[in-house]
Amino acid sequence: MSLLTTYRGAAMAAGLSLLAAAPAWAQEVATTAAATAPVPDKGDTAWMMTATVLVLLMILPGLALFYGGLARSKNMLSVMTQVGAAAALAMLVWVMWGYTMAFGDGGNAIISGFNKAFLAGITPDSMAATFTDGVVIPEYVFVSFQMTFAAITTALVLGSVVERIKFSAVMVFAVVWLTIVYFPIAHMVWAGNGYFFGLGALDFAGGTVVHINAGVSALVACLILGKRQGYPSEPMPPHSLTLTGVGTGLLWVGWFGFNAGSALEANGSAGLAMINTFVATASAGLFWMIAERLAGHKASALGFCSGIIAGLVAVTPAAGNSGPFGAIVLGAVASVLCFIAVSKLKPMFGYDDSLDAFGIHGIGGMIGAIGTGIVYAPGLGGPGGADFDMAGQLLVQIEAVLATIVWASVGTAIAIFVAKLLTGLRVSPDVEQVGLDLGEHGERAYN
Amino acid sequence: MKLIMAIIKPFKLEEVREALSGLGVAGMTVSEVKGFGRQKGQTEIYRGAEYTTNMVPKVKIEVVCDDALTARVVESIQQAANSGAIGDGKIFVLDVGQAVRIRTGETGETAL
Repeated sequence: MSLLTTYRGAAMAAGLSLLAAAPAWAQEVATTAAATAPVPDKGDTAWMMTATVLVLLMILPGLALFYGGLARSKNMLSVMTQVGAAAALAMLVWVMWGYTMAFGDGGNAIISGFNKAFLAGITPDSMAATFTDGVVIPEYVFVSFQMTFAAITTALVLGSVVERIKFSAVMVFAVVWLTIVYFPIAHMVWAGNGYFFGLGALDFAGGTVVHINAGVSALVACLILGKRQGYPSEPMPPHSLTLTGVGTGLLWVGWFGFNAGSALEANGSAGLAMINTFVATASAGLFWMIAERLAGHKASALGFCSGIIAGLVAVTPAAGNSGPFGAIVLGAVASVLCFIAVSKLKPMFGYDDSLDAFGIHGIGGMIGAIGTGIVYAPGLGGPGGADFDMAGQLLVQIEAVLATIVWASVGTAIAIFVAKLLTGLRVSPDVEQVGLDLGEHGERAYN
Repeated sequence: MKLIMAIIKPFKLEEVREALSGLGVAGMTVSEVKGFGRQKGQTEIYRGAEYTTNMVPKVKIEVVCDDALTARVVESIQQAANSGAIGDGKIFVLDVGQAVRIRTGETGETAL
């Protein structure tokens, strides 16, 4: 019962936090009350299966098109292939040793035990807990839902290193990075005995696990990998903002699976996450264009798309932890700060985060994670209780953010060096010049 | 025979084609080209990264006609392609040594 107690205590302290000791709960139920084993609600199950494939839609073709359009035409296929293949590899790694490292039984505050390696013991009758006592969903659905999170986070990191990293290096990096960075952080944030979960950190759908983690890892990876040839003196405009726009739309639609699905049930909390995913995003899309105008530029299509992504990122940890108007403010603030990060900060420091994975996911994720500690307050329309202690919660949020930054940085450095050792990491200058489509894949995107 | 080569603004192409058809010009070749003259390029900004494009998109038309028609063709192009703004383009006239219609083998002005 100790795990279960931890979960309930944390859940009470944190209000609507995430995931909980799902497998532990499931096992408690399975072993102690076989006669009254909860039957999954068909509505919850159907919604979670739908949410799961919506997250897949975010990756393919959403993120692939969003990133691909931002690259140069000679690298279009390489970007799409890296995103798709890294996500596919993450799915396989997830069922082999990822799920058990994040959500297996036992373990400690950093990782779970290995008893569910290769999904050992999971059957169609296995159930995973949700946030409501006695409400469960099939564990296979939970495994799949969480699998898509691991897959998209891996793909997100690639935004900073495209147009010069070898395909083989991406594959090696993905395996090492998932194992030493993603799985432990997912466990720490979402498992009942996880470190951040125990602290009471609020992260509804993965602001720390997915976005800060991916953004910071992207920054570290691009710093080690180095700049693209000709950056920043040579023009490298996006080759198709049309496709980036299409990708943005698919990401927004898919994000409802990501955020509202993180409620794990088809209920009011999912509804709150849904409306916040609308309004925070709408606000962020518009505010990026306002920031452009204030900076003396034209309101741009790419600015609108960038704002949408910044808003989606920022509202991720806050989705079920904020009222709609708190979410609107959060989206606006994140959008303006991300605009400053990509258009001022990046040129100032001169790093080549090619598609701004850090500038949008890293910065937006941090604003979202810290901001969640503010918008959760009942006085601001959030779902927090009357005794909500904003200062205390903010400290916890900041601690979770800092710990994620450190963990992701160190782990990414190791993963990149392993990839370098095994593959050489970077394509030859000739391949970079002719483009990775021809050089790495033997194809052209447009004939 | 003369080759009249004109670089014009892309949106003026249809007006020029109509004017030349009115003169009885039987055909022309059109290419999309880029270049620069006195007209400045445009500035593009993507997430704060500014790029100035020095090359401006233009359309190049090539018409071959007999000597008698040359002056009127040049005049028509000059009037039809004129928007009064910088960057309207240029017209060049070159002598043509020979013309051959591939299908029939006809040569000279009858090949036009």
